Amino acid sequence: MSPDKPPEAPAVSSTRLVLTLALAGLVSGIAIIGIYEATLPTITANKARELREAVFKVVPGVTQMQKLVYKDGELVPTTATEKDEQPVYGGYDADGSFVGYAIPGAGPGFQDIIGLLYGYKPDQKLVIGMEILESRETPGLGDKIYKDAEFVANFKALSVEPEIIPVKKGQKSLPNEVDVITGATISSKAVVRIINETHTEWSTRLPQPGSEPLMTAPEQAVDEAQ
Amino acid sequence: MVRNENEAYETFIKGIWRDNPVFVQVLGMCPMLAVTNSAINAVAMGGATLFVLVGSSFLVASFKQWIPKQVRISGFIIIIATFVTVADYTLLALVPKVHKELGAFIPLIVANCMILGRQEAFASRNTVRLAVMDALGTSGGFMVALFSLGAIREILGNGSLFGVDLFGEHFEPWVIMILPPGGFLTLGLILLFFNWVTQQKDKFIEQVAEAERVATDG
Repeated sequence: MSPDKPPEAPAVSSTRLVLTLALAGLVSGIAIIGIYEATLPTITANKARELREAVFKVVPGVTQMQKLVYKDGELVPTTATEKDEQPVYGGYDADGSFVGYAIPGAGPGFQDIIGLLYGYKPDQKLVIGMEILESRETPGLGDKIYKDAEFVANFKALSVEPEIIPVKKGQKSLPNEVDVITGATISSKAVVRIINETHTEWSTRLPQPGSEPLMTAPEQAVDEAQ
Repeated sequence: MVRNENEAYETFIKGIWRDNPVFVQVLGMCPMLAVTNSAINAVAMGGATLFVLVGSSFLVASFKQWIPKQVRISGFIIIIATFVTVADYTLLALVPKVHKELGAFIPLIVANCMILGRQEAFASRNTVRLAVMDALGTSGGFMVALFSLGAIREILGNGSLFGVDLFGEHFEPWVIMILPPGGFLTLGLILLFFNWVTQQKDKFIEQVAEAERVATDG
C-alpha cells in the first residue's frame, strides 16, 4: 500500500467514464428522492406542531388557531400554503371567540436572521407574548433573547403605541419600554426592531378590533377533510 | 484466519488511538470546533459522520473494481453526498432540535476531508471487511474526540452535561468555553496532552530498547 501514489490508471474509454458517473448519479438521485419522500410527512408534522405550540404560547388562553392571509384588502382564513405568503395566525378560545393574533416577523440580528412570533391583542394594542422561532445568536450571550426569562417577560404586556422603545436594563418605566439584556444589546434591540417593523406593516392590514375573521370550522373537521 | 482477525482489529484500533483523525492527523477541524459547544451536539455530529463514513467505505470498497481510476474522486463524492443527504433528512425528521443546532454542519460533512481521505487512502485499496473496520475505527476516534471536547466545553461553559445541571446555582459558567475561542483553547490543550503522551511513550520505548541493548552487550 503506497498512500502517496495512486495506482497506475489503465486507459478507459470516455464513454465508460461518463456512464459510470451517470449511473452513480442516477442511483444517488433515487436514494435521495426515497429518503425525502420517507421523511417528508414527519418533517411537515414536526413543523406544524412547533408552530401550533408557539402560537398557543404567545397568545395565552387559546385552544384553537387558524391561518389568516391578507388578500384583496381584507384578512381571510385559509388552509392552503402558497409561495411567498405572509400569514398571521388567529387564536381563538374553546367557544370560538377571538383572543388575539400571533404574527410572525423576521429581521437581521447580530449573527443572522432572527425569526420570531409575537402575540398581539388588537383591542388593547398590546403585545402579549413573544417566542423566538429561529436564531443563530451567540450562545451564552445573544441567545438570552429566548433563554432569559426576564427579557421574555418584557413582552407579556407591552404597548406598541407609539412604538416599542428599548431602554437600559432596569430603567423600564413606561408600558412601551423594554429592558435590554446586558451583553446582548444588539440582539435584544433587534427583537424590538423586528416587532416594531412587523407591527407597522400589519397595523393597517388588520381589521377593526371586534370584526376579526371568525373561526371557520372546528379543527377536528378540518383534520378529517384533509 | 487468525492473521485476518488481528489485521481487522489493528485497523479498527489504530483509528481510535494511534491515528486518531483529530488528535493525531488533525483532520475534520471545522465540525470539531463548530459543533462541540455541547455534548449532545458532539454526539449527534459524531453519529452522522459515523453513518456517512461507514456507508461510503462499504460502497467504495465493494465497487472499487467498477469505478475507473480517472473518475474515482467524483464517484466517491457522489457516494458520500448521498449518505450525507440521507443523514440530514433522517436527523431533521427524528431530532429536529438537534438538527437546528447543528445547522449547516450536517450538509458540510461532504466536505470533511477525513471522509474523502479514508476512501482514497484506504477503502479503495482494501477488502470490504477491512474498509468497514477502518471506517468504524476512524469515525469512532472522531466521535471520542468530538465527545471529549463537547463534554469539557459544556461542563465548564454551561455547568451541565447532556443538559443535566451538574453544579447547581452557585456555579458561574465560563461563557467563553462555549464560544469559538473556548473551542480553540480546549482543542489546543488536548492536542498538547496527546503529543506529550506520545512523546513519553516514545521515550519509554527508547529507554527499554537501550536497556535491552546494554543487557545483551554486557
